[in-house]
Amino acid sequence: MKRMTRIIPLATGLLSAALLCTQASAETAFVSNEKDDTLSVIDLDTMTVIETLDVGERPRGITFNHDRTKLYICASDSDTVQVMDLKDYSIIAQLPSGEDPEQFALHPDDHHLYIANEDDALVTVVDTESQEVISQIDVGVEPEGMAVSPDGQWALSTSETTNMVHWIDTATHELVDNTLVDQRPRHVEFNKDGSIVWVSSEISGTVSIIDVDSRQITDKLTFKIRGIHPDKIQPVGVKLTDDGRYAFVALGPANHVAVVDAKTYEVLDYLLVGRRVWHMDFNSKQNLLLTTNGISGDVSVIDIDKMKVIKSIKVGRYPWGIRIKS
Amino acid sequence: MRTAKLLIAIITVAVLGPVISFSAIAASGKNEIQEIQIGFVAYHPDQGPVLSNLLPEPENRGFAGAELGLKDNNTTGRFLKQHYTLLSKLTDSPEQTRQIVKQWFENGLRLLITDLPNAQLIAINKLALEYHAIVFNAGSYDDQLRTQECLKNTLHTLPSRAMLTDALAQWSNARRLKRWLLIKGSQPEDLAYTAALKRSAKRFGLNIVAEKTWDFDTDLRRTAQRELPLFTQTDEYDLVVVADERGDFGEYVMYNTWYPRPVAGTQGLTPVAWHRVVEQWGAAQLQSRFAAQSQRWMNSKDYAAWMAVRTLGEAVTQTKSSDAKTLFDFINSERFQLAAFKGRKLNYRQWSGQLRQPIPLVQPRSLVAQPPLEGFLHPITDLDTLGFDQPESSCKVSFL
Repeated sequence: MKRMTRIIPLATGLLSAALLCTQASAETAFVSNEKDDTLSVIDLDTMTVIETLDVGERPRGITFNHDRTKLYICASDSDTVQVMDLKDYSIIAQLPSGEDPEQFALHPDDHHLYIANEDDALVTVVDTESQEVISQIDVGVEPEGMAVSPDGQWALSTSETTNMVHWIDTATHELVDNTLVDQRPRHVEFNKDGSIVWVSSEISGTVSIIDVDSRQITDKLTFKIRGIHPDKIQPVGVKLTDDGRYAFVALGPANHVAVVDAKTYEVLDYLLVGRRVWHMDFNSKQNLLLTTNGISGDVSVIDIDKMKVIKSIKVGRYPWGIRIKS
Repeated sequence: MRTAKLLIAIITVAVLGPVISFSAIAASGKNEIQEIQIGFVAYHPDQGPVLSNLLPEPENRGFAGAELGLKDNNTTGRFLKQHYTLLSKLTDSPEQTRQIVKQWFENGLRLLITDLPNAQLIAINKLALEYHAIVFNAGSYDDQLRTQECLKNTLHTLPSRAMLTDALAQWSNARRLKRWLLIKGSQPEDLAYTAALKRSAKRFGLNIVAEKTWDFDTDLRRTAQRELPLFTQTDEYDLVVVADERGDFGEYVMYNTWYPRPVAGTQGLTPVAWHRVVEQWGAAQLQSRFAAQSQRWMNSKDYAAWMAVRTLGEAVTQTKSSDAKTLFDFINSERFQLAAFKGRKLNYRQWSGQLRQPIPLVQPRSLVAQPPLEGFLHPITDLDTLGFDQPESSCKVSFL
């Protein structure tokens, strides 16, 4: 495994360590750069890239363990999930992941990782402690979105060409139901209490709201931006604020993020960000939202109180996933 | 070397990988499995001898795309209790094509995909009308089929020549390459491509400074440098467009023109339905699934066949029916949409049954552009800036 040797003068290292200690609020964002095989590390105080880390090939989905000491990285073309120790950014393990892992979700038990294997129409379940594959579940063609319900009962996978949400019972690892959604479902996101899920359909340009108990679609959101052809409005990432107030939907090549009232499903606003916006994450206070913009190769920072884009930060080529550590 | 006539008939019955296991599905309902049978028939007429014969077309073109589409449909189908099977046949004569298709129809098949030359497609279409079957044209680029010679019950997944040349002309216009030198072969397809190029040039405000027919019978591999500079010594041009569908002489035009200008059309920068270099919008996934299955690159014919099978899969899923008329009416309606790795949803032009689609402009190792390009406007959809629009077509496709 290649890893960039970082030559940082000792003094600077100590200084930044000291700064990290004194500023309890310091937060860092990790961004996976799909076409650079790197992660960009952004300091949220200065809003600058402070480090670029070499990782496996074609990094896409990234996620933290619960205490945020480790970062899991889907290295799609290396056919592995890498585990990065966030103390020193070293890769401490390569988990078996099945081929072409794209996105994943960590179970609330903190050690079962549900991985979508895009090329093989499989969901692979890996135990991060024993580093073993526990189960592989057949799903539809090109599984992508993954989420585990807050109570840990359900693992959901969306398959992009089959156009379904697959419901996997985490106790038995069996597929028990499928919900047909619109064309090319990309992302699935539970609300905080786990009663509903939001599913984005990229090609149809819709977001479906699914009731978890009935596993049926109850509402469907559509988007309309003046001057942008409806075909270019392609929802991908969805993030919900913990207070249940807002949902943010990244609209891909429409270069906008939709701000949605999470209770009424009314679209409140569209914020212009970089080009081909896919995934997003909040800071811990949830007053900032960062987006990855693939084609412009940057990250946009949205101030949620002002509902304004306040900054764009250049990262690597084709930024894909983003996670913020407090 | 003259390619020997090795048209071996292949019958691939029920191409079903072992991946499809029905036991894996939790039985949640009592309904029976819905069986959907699709036929794929192709005839590859002998192209005659060509000068540039270095890279032959794969013999299973189209078939491999249909097979992949079938796998995709079945992976989805096992969650919905649908089961797709494919009957496929590469025939060695028009008569055999007719016999096979008639036999399939007699046995109850109603969903047919074809890769056939025009005359055969028209003959098969007559047969299809008798049996009330759907026909997909995944083999003919002919503009007449989309404008004058309208075929009922028929949908076209392969783009028309006009769609290809309009894509090229849009790019040419956008790059301000306004003066064309047109070089054409003398085969009927070359003349059809030439007609499409001329129409596109007019449509997008381009000027053809000279039009020349290549009818030399020298082997250009030895004399290209001597012949072509002289042959292309005309009024000044910005772009050389070539109409040589078989690939007889066109490969030798590049780098040998009198003025140092780019070459486009059937060679050089080429408008296609599909190519290995298309990788955006998730296409990388389709490419790698295809390569894993067939150990080669996916081409336009494969893509057209794949889209036909996927179109049927989507229609069966949405209508929950396998009745040909129900499927046709759904496919040829506003409600239909297909995700096909070209960055937007695709549907069919209801007048001609032509699948709307962006057209990649490719060179061997990269995608140059994928029209419709920004700035070419249309009141309904910018996809209709490519090919014959409704007022230009006398077709009104319906199902009998």
